[in-house]
Amino acid sequence: MKLEGKRLIWQEYQKEIADDHYFYARSCIRQTFFPGAEAVFVKIMKDELGKDIHDEQHHTSCTGIGYHADVVPFDTTMTVIARQFALMTEAGYENYAASCVTSFGLYTEVLETWHHFPEKEAQVREFLYKATGREFNKPKNLAHASDIVYKFRHQIAAKAKYKLIDKNTGEPLKVVEHIGCHYSKMFPHKGIGGAEYPYVLSGMIEAWGGEVIDYPERRHCCGFGFRQYIVQANRGFSLSCSKKKFDSMEPYQPDMIITNCPGCPMFLDRWQYALSEMEGKTYGKNNNGIPVFTYEEVAGMIMGYDPWKIGLQLHQVSAEPLLDKIGIPYDPLSKFKGKNGEDLGIPETPNYLKFYAD
Amino acid sequence: MQKHIVVIGAGPAGLESSANLSNLGFRVTLVEKEEVTGGHLNKWHALFPSLASGKHTIEAIVKGLNPGIKIQTATKVTGIEAVNDYFTVSGHNGWQEKADAVVLTTGFQLFDSHRKEEYGYGIYENVITSADLEKQFASGKEFVNRQGKKPERVGFVHCVGSRDEKVNNLHCSKVCCITAVKQAIEVKQMIPEADVFCFYMDLRMFGRHYEELYKQAQEKYNIQFIRGRLSESTEDKDGNIIVKVEDTLLGKPLRIKVGLLVLMAGMEFPPATKALTNMLGLKNVSDGFIQPLDEVLHSNLTEIPGVFIAGTCSGPKSVSDTMADARSAALAVAEYLK
Repeated sequence: MKLEGKRLIWQEYQKEIADDHYFYARSCIRQTFFPGAEAVFVKIMKDELGKDIHDEQHHTSCTGIGYHADVVPFDTTMTVIARQFALMTEAGYENYAASCVTSFGLYTEVLETWHHFPEKEAQVREFLYKATGREFNKPKNLAHASDIVYKFRHQIAAKAKYKLIDKNTGEPLKVVEHIGCHYSKMFPHKGIGGAEYPYVLSGMIEAWGGEVIDYPERRHCCGFGFRQYIVQANRGFSLSCSKKKFDSMEPYQPDMIITNCPGCPMFLDRWQYALSEMEGKTYGKNNNGIPVFTYEEVAGMIMGYDPWKIGLQLHQVSAEPLLDKIGIPYDPLSKFKGKNGEDLGIPETPNYLKFYAD
Repeated sequence: MQKHIVVIGAGPAGLESSANLSNLGFRVTLVEKEEVTGGHLNKWHALFPSLASGKHTIEAIVKGLNPGIKIQTATKVTGIEAVNDYFTVSGHNGWQEKADAVVLTTGFQLFDSHRKEEYGYGIYENVITSADLEKQFASGKEFVNRQGKKPERVGFVHCVGSRDEKVNNLHCSKVCCITAVKQAIEVKQMIPEADVFCFYMDLRMFGRHYEELYKQAQEKYNIQFIRGRLSESTEDKDGNIIVKVEDTLLGKPLRIKVGLLVLMAGMEFPPATKALTNMLGLKNVSDGFIQPLDEVLHSNLTEIPGVFIAGTCSGPKSVSDTMADARSAALAVAEYLK
């Protein structure tokens, strides 16, 4: 692989990302899947980078899952999104930061639709006004939260306590990056690095000391793909997609996987458990899996945040071997302690996948 | 007084037009931006369907040039101006000539395969273009991939940059199908044990002996023709290329590992030449190539009296069609200057 070839492509796919004052819209599902990720993002933005970020409480789903599953019509989707933009306008912001990749893709799709069909925008403005009495400005800048972390990746690296480096050997960790389909596959020029060789996560990995792995099934779907999972009969396909990726990356012995989508870390993490129970197969050394993280969690880890405060105990594939490899300290006894030391109980132990309870 | 014609571009079309115009008694200046004449043919090892050497073909054309033809190389034409009944043609280096007629034989540029990002050209070492393969053939070296290994499997991807809306090229480049057949046979001749696959949309074997060569490729050389477009290529740990393609005849998706993947890069109108056509006010139609006055009756004439076109500047052509077009252009010029 010739890195310079990728660098040429990356130069072509750069985009403007606002420097400050963000209106942040959270994801419907990320807070359940990986509850620490969004909190880490807000903390890093505010406390580490000193940015102004408005964490909106009143926004709704963007309808993305329903839209892509063909149960929400596009006019409804556009009107719901117009309401999100109205909330941004009312809060006095112009830079929209989406936590979810599908939302980001859908906002982009709606803005592009309005650009090409202004009559649609006018109609949606009317719908929104009639339904809610609200009006809105379109965002001056639309970014996915991973774009923003990418923008400040070097500042984060400068403040970080740890690097993505094996503390014993000094070698960079081997990292698989996986981009959500809706980040740039629909609109390659709206994503850092484009659709074929996205750079948004690779840039973070490089800046934070790791080494990116390019493996044959890199572009393959994680296995979420709404119709693959939401339609119960297709779940076998969902699992096969993830398995195909694990089998393809396994020879490279990756230390971790980083993702920027709500669904990808969920499926790449949980399906490792399912596969281990079905086939007794694990993809890491010594019955460990390959730990899967959101980019915010990785940023939090290298900043030295307590792994349990950023929610790493909620991963199916245990993070401990990786934390040990980097040298990030953690208290095994407080892994399953909730707020104020409340004992949350220990989850059931998998049959094959190694589990660290104390 | 002997009429003077400036021919712009010294590939096969320019050379052949110049030879014919000179033989018809005109004074000819042939101007070329490169140091040498011959154009793309200089880099082409062998021509379909006869496997004639590209170099020898050019040498034969050049040999036929009348010594009276003035060849002005290393000169990039930067201006053409119609003044009364003649043209002033000038180059970047101060060169300037008056001409009674101008023949544009500016040719094509090879599609930049980097633009098909999903195929990995410029990123994966064993993804090369048809032009790279010709260079490799011409080097006379042992046929190996970038890891120095004889590839056990070689794939050819047809229509790279042609008939592809994604790169805004709807036109067929005409020569790539038969070039792939030719190159696939050459690979099989060098490595008989290799499995060779051609991934195509449909095969356009329009020329004389093309169909025979295609048949030979299947029957004699056992080259596998798979009807389907590639969706992507990636690289494995050993530098092999993994291609994903649909076999549309079987209705099945395939994943095939090859040691070398060759992209059949198509023809495009060179943006650098666009400046010249703009200067003259010529029409470049939707495919980018120059529009003749009439595609059937006056294929070498343009809307500007005294400005003629020949070769691939008016659309993709094989070398033999280019040569015929160049001769036809010479006659059209003679008719005009009569």
